[in-house]
Amino acid sequence: MVTTSQDKKKETVDDTKRDFLLYSTYTVGAVGALAAAWPFIDSMNPSKDVLALASTELDLSSVEEGQSITAMWRGKPVFIRKRTADEIKLAKSIKLSELKDPQSDGDRVQKDQWLVLVGICTHLGCIPSGQKGGDVKGDFNGWFCPCHGSHYDTSGRIRKGPAPKNLDVPPYRFTNETNIIIG
Amino acid sequence: MTKPTWKNPVVKWIDHRLPIFTFIDHSAIQHPTPRNLNYFWNFGSLLGFILVVMIASGIILSMNYTANASLAFDSVERIMRDVNYGWLIRYVHMNGASMFFIVVYLHIFRGLYYGSYKQPRELLWIIGILIFLTMMATAFLGYVLPWGQMSFWGATVITNLFSVIPFFGDTIVTWLWSGFSVDNPTLNKFFSLHYLLPFIIFGLVFIHLWALHTHGSNNPTGIDVKGDKDEIPFHPYYTVKDAFGLGFFLVIFLGFVFFAPNFFGEPDNYIEANPLVTPPHIVPEWYFLPYYAILRAVPDNFIDVWGWLPVIIPAKTAGVICMFASILLLAALPWLDTSKVRSANYRPTYFWLYWIFLINTIILGFVGAKPAEGAWLLIGRLSTLYYFLHLLVLIPLVGRFEKTKPLPDSISSSVISVSTKDEEPANA
Ligand code: HEM
Ligand code: FES
Repeated sequence: MVTTSQDKKKETVDDTKRDFLLYSTYTVGAVGALAAAWPFIDSMNPSKDVLALASTELDLSSVEEGQSITAMWRGKPVFIRKRTADEIKLAKSIKLSELKDPQSDGDRVQKDQWLVLVGICTHLGCIPSGQKGGDVKGDFNGWFCPCHGSHYDTSGRIRKGPAPKNLDVPPYRFTNETNIIIG
Repeated sequence: MTKPTWKNPVVKWIDHRLPIFTFIDHSAIQHPTPRNLNYFWNFGSLLGFILVVMIASGIILSMNYTANASLAFDSVERIMRDVNYGWLIRYVHMNGASMFFIVVYLHIFRGLYYGSYKQPRELLWIIGILIFLTMMATAFLGYVLPWGQMSFWGATVITNLFSVIPFFGDTIVTWLWSGFSVDNPTLNKFFSLHYLLPFIIFGLVFIHLWALHTHGSNNPTGIDVKGDKDEIPFHPYYTVKDAFGLGFFLVIFLGFVFFAPNFFGEPDNYIEANPLVTPPHIVPEWYFLPYYAILRAVPDNFIDVWGWLPVIIPAKTAGVICMFASILLLAALPWLDTSKVRSANYRPTYFWLYWIFLINTIILGFVGAKPAEGAWLLIGRLSTLYYFLHLLVLIPLVGRFEKTKPLPDSISSSVISVSTKDEEPANA
């Protein structure tokens, strides 16, 4: 091979500089690709109109003791139950050590009589039965999820079955004795 | 293999620039194939046929389907009642999905019996598992589209499986839903993805076949091809055999389409989705039942019976882990199985384990259809335990200790010694 002036130049190549340029190009490229991907990923998060779903306001004056109603909030059912004295007593009598997800009844209600819950099983999201008079209420007289057999008590706490947590309590407030705003 | 010479000038012109005809000739006409393949080797081409049927009927259904939560159910009813032959196309698509799974299960259990997953077909097998997983995702997404009660509650339960992912679970589920529950944005997204995934499967099938053609098909003896005598060209021998099998398959498939179109379905899915009422007994489509049984069988301390781990793995998480593991472990089979002999015909112990495993899987399927209580729960737990015992303990052990039967010298000698000494491949 003939040695040319170009080959001589090659010997003075600065490898550190080349590596630096190469890796910074990779890095900038990767960051750019991620930044470009984010709008696509985020477009699948809840949109503004979904997020804006207003809070739900309800008048509970017609609900009788021992009766439940189901309201809709953010596309989910909310169970509102006017508990009987027996149910309240039962809920309060349970020792925390007996519970899978220990929480006292007092921490789950604002007024003893009104139990407000997101009516979605914490296992895989079915709607437990127990809202209507004739419904199956499970072994603890609260709610029973038909999908994989989770039993909830009169405070909506998980007592038996695969669900890991108590039924959620949504944010809510009473504006007077019987008017409630959920959300 | 000889290079074909093309006579037709157009074919010749094209093939010189893009050797597509040569490619087809090599991979579907001349392709040397073991001469002893039995009917269990029909299912691969059958799967390809069903994939095309699913894509064709799906595209036509999309022309009349509306992916909107308040219109979807009615648009499907319109397809059934008003669109010309809409009922036929929908029933073909519905039953086609069930056929797809029947055939893929046969195809997989063929591979398990004849040890087709072993060296050098490990990647072929793993790509197969990927196809299987993508098929399951596609079928699940498709089942949501008619927006019946089972669609809705199936979607709710399955998407909620992702909530067990530590820390990000809820964020991911919200992202999957594009909202706070399964709703219109979810339906739109699922439709888009249901349209996409079959084309991904199509691409995967090409890679699957590429890997297949690199080392060629396995065969009932499980021994390697040793020379020309062991092989015959794919066409006409296997094209004819595949075509015969296809005819047989169509009789069964169309039998369901015309005479029992809702045999595999759930009546509850003809009730429009209602986010406030969960049907008293929700079940997934039949082809998911074994996994559903595993999901529900797992009790609180299943994975960590001795409490070695610092955290408690709740039943919910453990169930999901076991369900996914039950499929992913299949991908590890080439390494779990320590036996060098492929075909169960020469493995007397594995032969029985194979059939017990098959029956156990069917039992899991039955358990998946029943409520998770009492005796069913117990059976489900034992079967789940056995499923993992088979893959993780029995398979690795049996390969070490089993005394296998002597293998034939070659594929051709195995075929010819049973018939006459005549070398005509037509008897193979
Ligand atoms: C859409 C789905 C699929 C299609 C269209 C497909 C197609 C095919 C075809 C045409 C063949 C060659 C013919 C035959 O041996 O039967 C084949 C072979 C094979 N497939 Fe698949 N397949 C699919 C799914 C799967 C799955 C899910 C698995 C395994 C989990 C799998 C594992 C294999 C193996 C191991 C072979 C080589 C078998 C042998 O030569 O013994 N395939 N496939
Ligand atoms: S969703 Fe309620 S028990 Fe599984």
